[in-house]
Amino acid sequence: MSDASFENTSTGEASFGDYFALLKPRVMSLVVFTALVGLLVAPVSVHPFVGFCAILFIAIGAGASGALNMWWDADIDQVMRRTQKRPIPAGKVAPEEALAIGLALSGFSVIFLALATNLFAAFLLAFTIFFYAVVYSVWLKRSTPQNIVIGGAAGAFPPMIGWAAATGGVSLESVLMFALIFMWTPPHFWALALFMKSDYDDAGVPMLTVTHGRKTTRAHILIYTLLLAPVAIGAGLTSIGGPVYLAAAVVMNAWFVKGAFDIWRRDEDIATDDGYAVEKSFFKFSLLYLFLHFGALLAEAALRSFGLGGWG
Amino acid sequence: MSYFRKDHEIHDRRLGRNLGVLGVLAALIAIVFGLTVVKITSGQPVQGFDHVVRPELMETAE
Repeated sequence: MSDASFENTSTGEASFGDYFALLKPRVMSLVVFTALVGLLVAPVSVHPFVGFCAILFIAIGAGASGALNMWWDADIDQVMRRTQKRPIPAGKVAPEEALAIGLALSGFSVIFLALATNLFAAFLLAFTIFFYAVVYSVWLKRSTPQNIVIGGAAGAFPPMIGWAAATGGVSLESVLMFALIFMWTPPHFWALALFMKSDYDDAGVPMLTVTHGRKTTRAHILIYTLLLAPVAIGAGLTSIGGPVYLAAAVVMNAWFVKGAFDIWRRDEDIATDDGYAVEKSFFKFSLLYLFLHFGALLAEAALRSFGLGGWG
Repeated sequence: MSYFRKDHEIHDRRLGRNLGVLGVLAALIAIVFGLTVVKITSGQPVQGFDHVVRPELMETAE
């Protein structure tokens, strides 16, 4: 047997990086950022090391749900070009390994978050993992074009978990942070779906652009963006907000709504002619939108520690 | 019959994986130790393994 035959890593010789890739590190970075903001803007201060551990366990929990998602979706990941290089379809990691890692890390992250912080935060993390791995991946993703909307909830929980890790509960502020990400997710992904030639259809995943057409998708983007604006601005009037956040939110939401209107007014012919310029810039801005909203919340919390910021 | 030369790429991968596991285990130990220290030093006086606040301990602490 030649050495070359061992190049196929399905022999169980995956590298450490292949296992790490199961945890979807890019998604994890968003989880870390929003959970950290949720933890830091909470009115209860946490010991820095406990806070660090809480964020770490939330990130590991998110990674675990990513591994479970990859285990369940291995068949469609193999069909779609975007996901063909993931560890399971690439033959680097066996599906059973991904399942084992997902389950083990889920249990580990939940138990350790409970030990480090409180039972409620751990419960929320467990629910988030269940929501992403089972409710979204198993039940909804392949059955409804609203998969993005409901699945977005899984990505919206981290700031709530961060807040719960500090306070041990839920409040209007943490619900608004959840709602901000929840309402932001559909316009963000549907804008991407408009200009990205996707092979979701080949994989049998119903996307709104395919099931209801692009015109309806454009209308949906506008509706969700209009619903998002009061949530985002409203958060500025609560105890985590302040003049800095409110000013940033008003400007960004005005810009976001304008972009959604532009998308809604266009049709496919115009969009094709300019290479989906408006849709692309809306998508790019949506990334900045979320980052700046949470960044502004963090800025308010930082100002408050100097006796500034907030509403007095 | 399989035979690996020492410098085969698969050995590098195994080494990387083993070092990765070593790092994860070391980090776990550091985290458990750190959390233990923080929990004990920031907690209220407890007795034995009951993990329950004992007011009489606070009085005798003087």
